[in-house]
Amino acid sequence: MIQLEHVTKTYPKASRPSLDEVSCGIEKGEFVFFIGPSGSGKSTIIKLLLHEITPNRGRVVVNGRDVTSMRSWKIPHFRRSIGCVFQDFRLLPNRTAYENVAFALEVIGKTKAVARRVVPEVLELVGLGGKEHRYPHELSGGEQQRVAVARAFVNRPLILLADEPTGNLDPDTSIEIMRLLDRINRTGTTVVMVTHDSNIVNQMRRRVVEIESGRIVRDQARGVYG
Amino acid sequence: MQRAKYVLSEVMVGLWRNVTMTIAMIITMAVSLFMLGASGLLYLQVNSMKDFYYDQIEVAIFLNNDVTDQQRSDLDSALKSDPLVAEVIYESKEQAHEKFKTMYADAPDLVNAVKPGQLPESFRVRLKNPEQFQQINDRYKNTEGVETIVDQQRLLDKIFNILGAVQSGALGAATIMAIAALLLVGNTIQVAAYSKRREVAVMKLVGASNWFIQAPFVLEAVAAGLIGSILAIGLLVFGKVFFLDGSLRDLTELLTPLGWSDVLLMFPVMAGVGGLVSAVTAWVTLRFYLRV
Repeated sequence: MIQLEHVTKTYPKASRPSLDEVSCGIEKGEFVFFIGPSGSGKSTIIKLLLHEITPNRGRVVVNGRDVTSMRSWKIPHFRRSIGCVFQDFRLLPNRTAYENVAFALEVIGKTKAVARRVVPEVLELVGLGGKEHRYPHELSGGEQQRVAVARAFVNRPLILLADEPTGNLDPDTSIEIMRLLDRINRTGTTVVMVTHDSNIVNQMRRRVVEIESGRIVRDQARGVYG
Repeated sequence: MQRAKYVLSEVMVGLWRNVTMTIAMIITMAVSLFMLGASGLLYLQVNSMKDFYYDQIEVAIFLNNDVTDQQRSDLDSALKSDPLVAEVIYESKEQAHEKFKTMYADAPDLVNAVKPGQLPESFRVRLKNPEQFQQINDRYKNTEGVETIVDQQRLLDKIFNILGAVQSGALGAATIMAIAALLLVGNTIQVAAYSKRREVAVMKLVGASNWFIQAPFVLEAVAAGLIGSILAIGLLVFGKVFFLDGSLRDLTELLTPLGWSDVLLMFPVMAGVGGLVSAVTAWVTLRFYLRV
């Protein structure tokens, strides 16, 4: 599903590479944590998978397609097969929960009718039934992140990327979001999550890939944080 | 269909969000396009005037008072066989006097003061190419019996030079205004892109196509350009009705009249230039500020 082959990424002006000769394979339906201290390069992986940046060397293959050599006009279509959630939720403040999710469908050409059918379903799935018409500022942090997860999942992507999704949430809320991601994973969606929340990693007991200074130092099938 | 509706509503929202900037953009665009249209009209006008007047233009070869019949007929045959000459008409003293009388019919004192025979006889020569006066002048100015040779084109050239200068001035002003308009378009697009940065980020994230992200911005600029060109054609129509056909009527009758078809012809030119230039500017600006 996801294949990193000897990927090296050095940001301009940086003294050492963020990722140094990293190779890693992720199978369809897996749930993988990328962990490591700040600046270790784990977020760079998310950016590479989204094709927000390109590696200096090596190949990134997603869904059997070489992302590194992908033409720029094909990127939007490619991103439709990937959902993504972030630490800061990235919701549109002037749109309700429903509208935020529907927006993601409408801008890729889905009709309003499709949105009316699909959006309430996915909001129900993330546990926001009845709160469709609340604005982000009327929702708690955990609820906002649920909206973001709904938006990422509404298009039924093959892969869900999560960049520190619990970074802004308290421990209890974090656990709820993790249960949600776990449920999404059980539908067959590959989940890649970048985090440094040891509590969560220890509870989930999923595959853990630890990165330090741009290199993979540990890759454990049912790992714990430290 | 629905996406078109979305894009259109985004354009309306975009134009309204920053309405003072939009107005500034439209006004500069309108003035610039008006100048462009005016200089285009002047260009058409000068050309049609050249066609009109150069067709009638003559070189007048005035003869001495004591010219002999021999000299006159020699000159006549020389002119008739001259390859530069299209047509030769002889004008006797009597004919000159008749013409003078009709030309100044409303000034009887002047007509009475000039007696038949006082005005010189002449050959009225139409050249194949009105620009070749100098060669005619060189060839015949020393011929016996010739008093002076007058080129009417000289006089017209002065008028055309003035009109040409006005046209260049209008074009120059149009260019300067166009630069101001372009900077305003660029700035408006930057502001629009900034105020929609969250939407754009989400659109990029979920995989909206590039044209879909850019279209509202580009169309916003195009709409401003088109509204500007509508105002500009309005200004041209206003100018024609109130100045050329109004207070400046006497002057314009001297020139060839400016037709409505020419004025209306400027509209597609201005709309095309306004729309296209805005679109390109917006698109280039987005390349820098949106990086889709």
